[in-house]
Amino acid sequence: MSAFSAIGSGEQDEEIDRDAFTPGIEPQPTWCPGCGDFGVLKALKGAMPEVGRSPDETLLATGIGCSGKLSSYFDSYGMHTIHGRSLPIARAAKLANPDLEVIAAGGDGDGYGIGGNHFMHTARENHDMTYIVFNNEIFGLTKGQTSPTSPKGHKSKTQPHGSAKDPVRPLSLSLTSGASYVARTAAVNPRQATEIITEAIEHDGFAHIDFLTQCPTWNKDAKQYVPYTDVQQSDDYDFDVTDRREAAEMMHETEDKLHEGEVLTGRFYVDENRHSYGQEKRSTGEMPEEPLAERYFDDDYEWERSYDLLDAHK
Amino acid sequence: MTGSELIWRIAGGSGDGIDSTSQNFTKALMRAGLHVFTHRHYPSRIRGGHTYVEVRAADHPVKSRGDGYDFLLALGDSFARNPQASGEAYYGNEEAKPLAENLDELREGGVIVYDEGLLDASEIEDFDERVEENDWHVYPLDLRGLAREHGREIMRNTAGVAATAALIGMETDPFEELMNDRMSGDILETNITVLEEAYEEVESKDFSHDIEVPTGEHDEEQVLVNGSHGVAYGALDEGCRFIAGYPMTPWTDVFTTMTQHLPEFGGIAEQVEDEIAAAALAIGASHAGVKAMSGSSGGGFALMSEPLGLAEMTETPLVLVEAMRAGPSTGMPTKPEQGDLEHILYTSQGDSNRVVFAPGTVEECYEQSREAFRIAYEYQIPTIIAIDQKLSGELVSMPASVFDREPNPDLGSVLTEEEISEAAHHESGKYNRFQHDPENGVSPRTIPGQSGGRFLASGNEHTPQGHIEEDPDNRVAQVDRRTRKLEAIRDDLDGKDTSQQTPYGPEDAEHGILVWGSQQGTVEEAVDRLNDQGESVKSLGVSDMMPYPKKEVTEFLESVDECLVVEMNITAQFRGLTQKELGRFGEKMSSLLKYNGNPFEPAEVVEGFEIQINGGDEPPNAQVRIEPAAGD
Ligand SMILES: Cc1ncc(C[n+]2csc(CCOP(=O)(O)OP(=O)(O)O)c2C)c(N)n1
Ligand code: SF4
Repeated sequence: MSAFSAIGSGEQDEEIDRDAFTPGIEPQPTWCPGCGDFGVLKALKGAMPEVGRSPDETLLATGIGCSGKLSSYFDSYGMHTIHGRSLPIARAAKLANPDLEVIAAGGDGDGYGIGGNHFMHTARENHDMTYIVFNNEIFGLTKGQTSPTSPKGHKSKTQPHGSAKDPVRPLSLSLTSGASYVARTAAVNPRQATEIITEAIEHDGFAHIDFLTQCPTWNKDAKQYVPYTDVQQSDDYDFDVTDRREAAEMMHETEDKLHEGEVLTGRFYVDENRHSYGQEKRSTGEMPEEPLAERYFDDDYEWERSYDLLDAHK
Repeated sequence: MTGSELIWRIAGGSGDGIDSTSQNFTKALMRAGLHVFTHRHYPSRIRGGHTYVEVRAADHPVKSRGDGYDFLLALGDSFARNPQASGEAYYGNEEAKPLAENLDELREGGVIVYDEGLLDASEIEDFDERVEENDWHVYPLDLRGLAREHGREIMRNTAGVAATAALIGMETDPFEELMNDRMSGDILETNITVLEEAYEEVESKDFSHDIEVPTGEHDEEQVLVNGSHGVAYGALDEGCRFIAGYPMTPWTDVFTTMTQHLPEFGGIAEQVEDEIAAAALAIGASHAGVKAMSGSSGGGFALMSEPLGLAEMTETPLVLVEAMRAGPSTGMPTKPEQGDLEHILYTSQGDSNRVVFAPGTVEECYEQSREAFRIAYEYQIPTIIAIDQKLSGELVSMPASVFDREPNPDLGSVLTEEEISEAAHHESGKYNRFQHDPENGVSPRTIPGQSGGRFLASGNEHTPQGHIEEDPDNRVAQVDRRTRKLEAIRDDLDGKDTSQQTPYGPEDAEHGILVWGSQQGTVEEAVDRLNDQGESVKSLGVSDMMPYPKKEVTEFLESVDECLVVEMNITAQFRGLTQKELGRFGEKMSSLLKYNGNPFEPAEVVEGFEIQINGGDEPPNAQVRIEPAAGD
């Protein structure tokens, strides 16, 4: 028997339990009315049963910010970590137990600012996990400062003359860093959001979703993501999502257009062939085949001793 | 020279193979039945620059490098050559360094062997006068020539070792054996030829001096290990199977030792983007049910401050190593100091609970590394193993049996799925992970993937299920519970058969010396010397920094009339901690402090002690400082 009997149990259910992640007695979200974060929670709750995962076999690690509170309102194993650090925590959990469904989430300040270094390296390593960045182009929890995705010229208490910086381009950054799945969706489109989260979780590799979430409290332009265009549904955009160059081109166009008011969403890059980090590490013998975490529960496992290393010291 | 011990120093340019040559020599001495202790001195650069390794070998156990040395093997620094001089060596004053730089500490009657192929003693001012004054025996040997003639120039290290062996009356067998272990083919054969030819050449000459290798015999099989091995092997035996790190001297030694062996132990090692990530990965792996560690040196540890707090708040077991070097900032990368104690004890925000161990010897590194894991996992608290550049790098011989202990893969306070099903849950279905009331403060945890065990681990203050909560009653209950753990840990440590504090010397001694960390052995040696001189002294090597062993230290301080506190920093951090924890003894304790980048030598402690007892405030030398007792 597995040491973690919850793992795999979701998939075995013949009927998808659509309420599994929605018990209804979790703390009620303290997000502002109209906040885009509700959309992420809803889409995530909708996606989990679709991929056949149960709450006990799922670990959601979040950063700090309004976005970071996602793990409080989502019924799974969770870790509400520190600002910018959800990724290193999540990826180690995945290495320790590859059977776990590991999801990380945080804000744009969290993910593209303070945690930017981790973002680049987690994408580069292509860990098999999903990363959802709530992109509201603002610092929400700390009350409306300019964030790395705020448009140039954005005025806030910390940039009273208007930001002189160009915003971060998350899709291009992700692709260049090595993510094997890159998508953008928006809270205003729950159907697409659920589909994309489902696909991202099922993807074997680092799946990054730039999730456009409106912040009606601090970002006056709260309706900024409507109307949007789904690039996969539109005849105007024809590109091959598996081709890096075409994807890069498309991302540039998308990022240029965002602040001109034209919002493009959908899958921008999907590489099904690249091995995940865990697979790579297993193939070089750097990582065991069986989940490490299981071993501590296995009474029959023979634990190696450092004593055997002493020969080199004699 | 009494014949009971020999201190040999090999000096040259860093990058010239001094390290590996000295390791071989040390091992050969150990295999010949001697107890050995090494001291490495090297600059923070990769090639060139003056470096030496000192090997103390004796027929009795040795605890420090000793003071001074008997035998210098000065090798030419190949990297000091003038590149313009068509491949030929250039011997300016600068290049006589391996010889000149080492003369100050050479004892009377000592032996000097130098490579006359690369070094020129006549360039050193007063050389002949000093030789005469100190009764040194000088043997210029063309080591480079010998190496060239019988093998390759780079093998002049081997020629030097052969010369040393011939001069101190050792056979070549142990060296050949070691070469056989480490090399093969052509390289092995040429090295052996160089070894034998150089040995014969030196032996055939008529040298007279009275330095010999002592003889000894071990009753147990010995191994040559340093503090980094101690920490790493302790971690492996305690079931640690995950490490994440970022290189920083001197922590790198622990990191690479673990990285080298974890895959063969079925574990995982990760070199990551920075120290924040490193500590965060260790937390993630530990949360997911694997014993994990990370670590760094001062600057990198500073970056771990926030993850450290997260581990405290989420009660995720975490073991960190802090291998200290001289600070602040990047300080002196290759020089030891004990200046990070307060940083280790108090870094991170809020009322902090953590456990800090500072082992005093290589053996204690192994023991306390195991203990750090046991405590971290049983009590769900971060533990820190504080070592320094001295302890991490010094190779010491000890019985192999020190490491002969069963593995302990026990994850500590984790529930089985069966226990989870019987445990209290919140009506939402979440497990009450952070209950308010367990006696020792530890509420058992569950591991992601376990059925029915889900909860939220939040770095914000939280309810028993882990949800963010600022209610005052909940806050007080959670803080009280987390704080209770430290008392429980103190009781646990006090209740053990063997204390982690190391008393030394006659129990009824009049005077005391308190010491922590890597200076313990040096102090013990000084205690022996003082008692031989007719003083009445004992020492206590303290390893538990938090929770502080109040009872043991109080008893020690009560039993002596004066106490010297020895440590390598300028602010007397350990003495300050002791005074803070015990709230008294200010008038009994004075400090002996050193912070020049070199550890104490026993003689300095002896002198410092004499000054304390006999009065006066002149330190033993300009590099050491006396800080008198309060009220003095
Ligand atoms: C190290 C650190 N720096 C700063 C903060 C304060 N802080 C909390 S949330 C936040 C920004 C949140 O913005 P974002 O990540 O965009 O998330 P949002 O609140 O908009 O969802 C900051 C700066 C912190 N908690 N930790
Ligand atoms: S401040 Fe903005 S991001 Fe935060 S909850 Fe309110 S609307 Fe949402």
